[in-house]
Amino acid sequence: MEENSPVPIEQEGFQAKDISWWFWAIILIFIWAIYIIATRENYQDAFQFIKAGIAVTIKTALISYAFAVVLGLLAGLGRISKNIFFNNLARLYVELIRGIPMLVLIFFIALVGVPIFVDGLNAFGAWLVKIGLGFIGTPLNEFGNSAFTMNSRAIIALSVTYGAFLAEIFRAGIQSIGKGQMEAGRSLGMSYGQTMRHIILPQAVRNVLPALGNDFVAMVKDTALVSVLAVRDITQVSRLYAGSTFRFREAYVTVSVMYLAMTVALSLLIQLMERRLNND
Amino acid sequence: MTNEPRDMIVIKDLHKHFGNVKAVNGVSLTVQKGKVIVVIGPSGSGKSTMLRCINHLETPTSGEIWIDGVKLGHNEKELNETRAEVGMVFQQFNLFPHLSVLENVTIAQKVVRGRSKEEAQEIAMKQLTRVGIPEKADSYPNNLSGGQQQRVAIARSLAMNPKIMLFDEPTSALDPEMIKEVLDVMLDLAKEGMTMVCVTHEMGFARSAADEVLFMDAGVVVEHTTPEDLYNNPKEERTKLFLSQILQH
Ligand SMILES: Nc1ncnc2c1ncn2[C@@H]1O[C@H](COP(=O)(O)OP(=O)(O)O)[C@@H](O)[C@H]1O
Ligand SMILES: [Mg+2]
Repeated sequence: MEENSPVPIEQEGFQAKDISWWFWAIILIFIWAIYIIATRENYQDAFQFIKAGIAVTIKTALISYAFAVVLGLLAGLGRISKNIFFNNLARLYVELIRGIPMLVLIFFIALVGVPIFVDGLNAFGAWLVKIGLGFIGTPLNEFGNSAFTMNSRAIIALSVTYGAFLAEIFRAGIQSIGKGQMEAGRSLGMSYGQTMRHIILPQAVRNVLPALGNDFVAMVKDTALVSVLAVRDITQVSRLYAGSTFRFREAYVTVSVMYLAMTVALSLLIQLMERRLNND
Repeated sequence: MTNEPRDMIVIKDLHKHFGNVKAVNGVSLTVQKGKVIVVIGPSGSGKSTMLRCINHLETPTSGEIWIDGVKLGHNEKELNETRAEVGMVFQQFNLFPHLSVLENVTIAQKVVRGRSKEEAQEIAMKQLTRVGIPEKADSYPNNLSGGQQQRVAIARSLAMNPKIMLFDEPTSALDPEMIKEVLDVMLDLAKEGMTMVCVTHEMGFARSAADEVLFMDAGVVVEHTTPEDLYNNPKEERTKLFLSQILQH
């Protein structure tokens, strides 16, 4: 509607961004939700049930993100590497992940990838036993699929998926640093790795911190996908609650507000951080 | 003290090609210890490329580089060791913007030379004093003038105790009033006996500090003689033309 108004609002001395009514609308939604949950028994019941999943959601997001950062950094370094093997390997990883829907990836990694990995481990263990290294081989050989709980498979799936996204962020961050920085480091006798670590990465990471933050928010939301693996995160618990009580409205209002609370809080935190970075 | 000539840099038939571009097309040069060589030539004549081949920031297409009797090869570890002995100062300074001036001057000392923080800082302060800005130790590069940044860059290289210093148009990006402060540091360095190869069009510097001047064009050394000879009686047409162009300014 504002786009259609003939006179730009900005001209009148106040700016559209000063109103920030969207922010107050979200605050209102929170107040309303808290009020409802506090006063209505059905909602209170739903909240009590669903909040059992909060720890799983947060834990899944945090652990997956930490692994994804490591994977993403390695793959990002691979993407800019002059070593043809690592460069191609990193590219392959990123392209594979980006070409498959996340939901399918989660099924695939958890239900196909992990079992294949376990089979490989078993075969390797059997081979070790055969060549007489039973003390390492036997435990590897007897390693079962059950060693990987669905929760840990969900974390593996999210880590591998987000690692590819973060790889592109790290790559862009590294490439945003002028060539002269690497040359200055190398001309002082520092190795490629030392220059990366002490000179390039600190600057690159700083440049991409907002993007990394945004992806963490996205990760928090995407943990909902692991409910398809029956991991009892807040989405899965809501589904269970709604399914057994038929209180769909209570379940999905509550879980939506929970996600919103987490993502809005994180977004504000990221904005604060960005502002602080821009100030110095 | 012996004054026997010692070859600090030997370049043998150096070629560096980028695709079809023959940036350096057969350069040979020997620089003895303590000598100051100035390199001049039009833009794109291969001066930077030659300089960058000396410390193997660019890998030569063919030819040999010897630094203080050691031939540079492909071994990364050896190259890193050699580069630590060869300081390089860039036109664009290339200070590390996320580090303070003091950290800029200590980081490679710690990482490459394995010096303790205290030792590195002591050496850094000595070098910052030498280039005349010890009071800027805690500043960040972005808060310094161009001339100050370039002096920090020189101090950063000197802190590694290099045997050789390479300068690639160190004053070209500076406002005129800051050129002198950088040239003065370079002059002092030359007087102290540092072996230097300087790409610069500052004729005053060349006349007072250089032992030899090279004129490069199209990837080759066209003339190689003393500053007096080159500036007063250039022999080649290309040299005359180039000198007449830079003298107009
Ligand atoms: N990394 C590079 N890739 C491709 N061409 C280059 C590269 N570096 C230099 N050149 C080319 O090599 C030639 C010599 O460049 P340079 O050594 O920078 O000259 P100068 O320093 O004398 O101005 C130029 O034609 C330049 O375009
Ligand atoms: Mg140049």
